[in-house]
Amino acid sequence: MTLDLSLIPDGGVSWLDASGPDGNIVLSTRVRLARNIQGRPFAGRAEREELDDIRARTIEAGRSTSALEGAVDFRLDHLDRLERQLLHERHLVSKELAGLEREQGPRHAASLLTGGMLGMMVNEEDHLRLQTLCSGFALESAYAPLARFDQELGGLLPFAFHPEFGYLTACPTNAGTGLRASVLIHLPGLVLTKEIAKVLQGLAQVGLTFRGLYGEGSEVVGNFFQLSNQTTLGKSEEELLDHLGKIVRQVIEYEEQAREVLQQNAPNVIADKVWRAYGLLRYARTLSFDETMNLLSGVRLGVGLNLIDDLSVYTLNKLLIFTQPAHLARRAERALSDPDPPAIRAAFVRRVLEEDAARPPFPGSGDPQP
Amino acid sequence: MLCDQCGEREAAIHLTQIVNNAVTTQHLCETCASEKGVHTEASVAKHPLSGFLGSLGSMGKGAAAALPPTAESTPCDFCGATLQDFRDTGRLGCPHCYESFTPHLRTLLRRIHGASRHVGHAYLSPDRDAAEQAPDLDALRAQLRRAVDAENFELAAEVRDQIRGLE
Repeated sequence: MTLDLSLIPDGGVSWLDASGPDGNIVLSTRVRLARNIQGRPFAGRAEREELDDIRARTIEAGRSTSALEGAVDFRLDHLDRLERQLLHERHLVSKELAGLEREQGPRHAASLLTGGMLGMMVNEEDHLRLQTLCSGFALESAYAPLARFDQELGGLLPFAFHPEFGYLTACPTNAGTGLRASVLIHLPGLVLTKEIAKVLQGLAQVGLTFRGLYGEGSEVVGNFFQLSNQTTLGKSEEELLDHLGKIVRQVIEYEEQAREVLQQNAPNVIADKVWRAYGLLRYARTLSFDETMNLLSGVRLGVGLNLIDDLSVYTLNKLLIFTQPAHLARRAERALSDPDPPAIRAAFVRRVLEEDAARPPFPGSGDPQP
Repeated sequence: MLCDQCGEREAAIHLTQIVNNAVTTQHLCETCASEKGVHTEASVAKHPLSGFLGSLGSMGKGAAAALPPTAESTPCDFCGATLQDFRDTGRLGCPHCYESFTPHLRTLLRRIHGASRHVGHAYLSPDRDAAEQAPDLDALRAQLRRAVDAENFELAAEVRDQIRGLE
């Protein structure tokens, strides 16, 4: 089986267009619901035949809903590693579903049914993980279609539900609503002003948690943080979303304040950081993934502060996704293990920036102060 | 090198900390490091449940403690999973495990989420068999009697609340 990403509407990355609210600071909003089929062992304890049966039932039911009618499905266990990593890099599947950390690869019959913005992972640790991904800070826009899809699907499949504990999940940390909402946010101002530790500590105190770019267990790179609800039980879906929304709104305000402080107190230092980052991205001959993320963070800050005015956030978002290892390897038709990516990555970044910015080689304008 | 703390065991952990802008380095044995709250991969691996609950921060440790190593229970009568399986993998075997290990899970859920009662959307299954598994008032009253008889007043209070909710 070969992965044909053109089958997925917008390649599953329509959120890259930065059209959502606060698109400069918040890259994307994701909401997922964990669901299981009543009377079946969870995926981790199920036999192959049971996993096949769950796949067959859920994909058929999923395709019968208005949201995923005619949607494309992929069997992760039939894809090679590069293809699975590609789906993971697009945030369409979790690391667990892609089997990237399991020696034996993905679980039997691990599948994805996706319509682009809305999708359904099958045979993750829970039978079903329903999820939506939207551009910008858009909890309501992400949750509303998901809730409709969940309701329709729940009318076709008997979900495991307990009157006291709510939706039952393989891990008790997800029980209750099964809802995890996360907002991928860029916080260079708080990192540079060293306020970030306080903010992250504060998150824990109000029942939220943070992760890196790729969710659970991933490191923070490029000042990108995923903020999400820690608990899933004892509060309604609306309360969980409302609480996360209020806190994220506050974090956005803190970030904006931090950026103002930076611009007032150290405009030259910031301008230098931004333009150095831009210069390296534009002219460097090798770029590692981490370095690229950090430089993109600097340039993104520059765009946010209006220091760079002819570069779109869309371009930066595209670079964020398409410079990842599997995307780069596929573009260059090379193996994931190929040692050349730093050079290929730099060439790709140069080309995209040249095409997008059409900037003269030595920009003389845009300095905040002489 | 001997441990800075006890001076007896071999130091295995070299802890560098920055306190008030001053860098200090301590050389500790595993036991003393553990007492100071520093956990090595080796000590974490001995408690697999703490791995997944550890990600929940300070609440996680409390949650792990909610399942004492001695807590046992008969295996789930649907999937055969045991509490030990749960402890090893951090995952339950099937939805019915929530029935099989209710008292343990209720405590665990309370530690993790600060609550054990779902207040979100109620779900009505299209499958009548599944819907019939929802406890009715008679079953709950029987459960309440059993809980009182067994002097399990925490459970009795929970069941009483459930009955009030349904009434």
